[in-house]
Amino acid sequence: MPESVPNAFVELEDLAFHEGVPVLLRRALGPLKPSELLEVHGDASEFVENLQAWCRKEGHAYRGAGKAQGRHLIEKGTVDRSVTRPGPEVKEAAKPAWGLAPRGAAVELGGPEFSFPLRQKREVWGQELHTIYSRAASNQWAAAKDIPWSELPKLPAEVEGAVCQVMTFLTENEFAALYVPARFLARIHPHYREVSAVLAMQVADEARHAEAFTRRAEEGGVGLGTTAASSQLSLQTLIEEPDFSTAVFLLCVMGEGTFLSLLKFLEERAPDPVTACLMRLAHRDEGRHVAFGMEHIRYVTILEPARRATFAAAVERRSQMLASVSGLSPYVHDALVVYCGGGVQPAQIRRGASFVADLHREMDRARRERLQALGFSGQDAEALSAYHTKNFM
Amino acid sequence: MANSKQAADGGVLRVGAVAYDPKVITIWEGFKLYFEGRGTQIDYVLYSNYDAQVNAMLSGAIDVAWNSPLAWVRSQLDTNGGCRALAMRDTDRDLTTLVLVRKTSGLAALADLKGKTVAVGASDSPQATLIPLEMLASAGVEPGKGCRVVYHNVMVGKHGDHVGGERDAARALAAGHVDAACLLDGNLPLFINEGTLDPGTTVVLAKTPPYDHCNFTARAELPAARYQPFVDGLLAMSFEDPRVRALMEMEGLRRWLPGRTSGYDQLERAVKRFHFYA
Repeated sequence: MPESVPNAFVELEDLAFHEGVPVLLRRALGPLKPSELLEVHGDASEFVENLQAWCRKEGHAYRGAGKAQGRHLIEKGTVDRSVTRPGPEVKEAAKPAWGLAPRGAAVELGGPEFSFPLRQKREVWGQELHTIYSRAASNQWAAAKDIPWSELPKLPAEVEGAVCQVMTFLTENEFAALYVPARFLARIHPHYREVSAVLAMQVADEARHAEAFTRRAEEGGVGLGTTAASSQLSLQTLIEEPDFSTAVFLLCVMGEGTFLSLLKFLEERAPDPVTACLMRLAHRDEGRHVAFGMEHIRYVTILEPARRATFAAAVERRSQMLASVSGLSPYVHDALVVYCGGGVQPAQIRRGASFVADLHREMDRARRERLQALGFSGQDAEALSAYHTKNFM
Repeated sequence: MANSKQAADGGVLRVGAVAYDPKVITIWEGFKLYFEGRGTQIDYVLYSNYDAQVNAMLSGAIDVAWNSPLAWVRSQLDTNGGCRALAMRDTDRDLTTLVLVRKTSGLAALADLKGKTVAVGASDSPQATLIPLEMLASAGVEPGKGCRVVYHNVMVGKHGDHVGGERDAARALAAGHVDAACLLDGNLPLFINEGTLDPGTTVVLAKTPPYDHCNFTARAELPAARYQPFVDGLLAMSFEDPRVRALMEMEGLRRWLPGRTSGYDQLERAVKRFHFYA
């Protein structure tokens, strides 16, 4: 039998097993190939007994004492903790067994398979995700410290009531905008962490908006207004959309896109500096959500131009489901008129109604512009914009 | 034997296992699925103790028994060597038992245990009782006569599968109630890490020669066509297969090896010397 020449050596001195011998053994055995020999030297009491038991448990073979006193030979086992290295680049498809491993990490084989249904790049990806996420992370604001609550004036009762009704409507919509990404977050494979990160920031943004808008309603002493059945019906059709890209299209492009016009309008016509500040900060956040929607839908439609037709069909389908909803809820419409008209005198109402009509035109114009930027024809963009829910989101 | 014929005729291979822990169900449900995936139909039958399982195997109620070493020895005794060891875990080979004493005891050799008290595990534990007591007896310290034996009977009938008996023996040593304790080599670091034994307070007085532990046992007359797909499936089981990885970790192995029968002589001598099945 040929003499066994060790492939590696590790000096353990008087280190005992309970003091960490396995750490050094695993480090020394790691680079060896199966069946290669590691020579170890150790002086601790019960060293050989512990070494033998450890080798058996770990699948290595104890090959007896070495030539010198206190030296022992270990043959590396054939069962290794094998790993796969998927690499740091974003793959077209993520394997279920990569699970929660960060992209770029080595993944030990034999782990469980995770059921992340959205695990193809084409299903979730978009350009500029990192930029969108970075802006979101650095633009976080807090209702408690970034809003000048002390500057809230005492508004005429009818105007304060209108502000509160608008805040109620905004909050309902922010809930929908929170739940839609939240529903999909847990379904997206962590390999596409940039998508998860952007959606997580959206969820956090919407939670903050809901808190701040509710506080604005309460701060003036009137409190929240009424949630209309028609608004709820409209939002239900949004949060129940099962397809990710369709949901992103409906929420981020069509809904939040429309909200950009609304928030800008509410900032410009705000009756007080607190409401104006809230609308400005919310508008900045919603701009990022729309940017994500645009990037994702652009990515999807470049790969599959036919998806435009399915998105269009989704808007039409939603419109048919909302056939009973003839227009914007009267609660919201009336509140908007009073909000921007400044009161309930006929002249104020005339002024307010005119502003709200302008708002509808601006929303339509901006929607058509975004749709055309995504490759829809002018005619399709016009039709889709007209089909979009009268409740804005 | 009617039962034997029945088991042989049925397509499903019936495998017995002793339910020493609730995880046994998880393991065998998983193995059953794994074998199903290979086109091998098995079912498992759980027993509360090894004697009942050996009886079932000998009567043909089950085809294969996942046996403790003592259950294997009994199966061989009852059939005059008419059983076959089909497969075993990599961790079933070359175990040793340590006889541990306190560092300050002044005890230096097995013979020094004459007149002393020795803690062992359950009365039917091969590793923590029968094999080390056989070593003591061979060294001239007859258990019960040359030394006092304190048993720690946790789950008798399960042949020491539960570590509790050994832990109690180690505790008795640490507390100074006994002079020596017998435990499986792999349990020494476990007991030190979990705090049952303080590091540096004990020394190994003696160590048994290596012996083997569990195996899948079948009666020799069971046709190879019946058990071979099962054995092939065991040997093909991979630690890198996510379907079985967790099951193998629970069962305490990295891979299955063919059965071997060369590692049971110490236990056979102990069973004979102590008239265990007399």
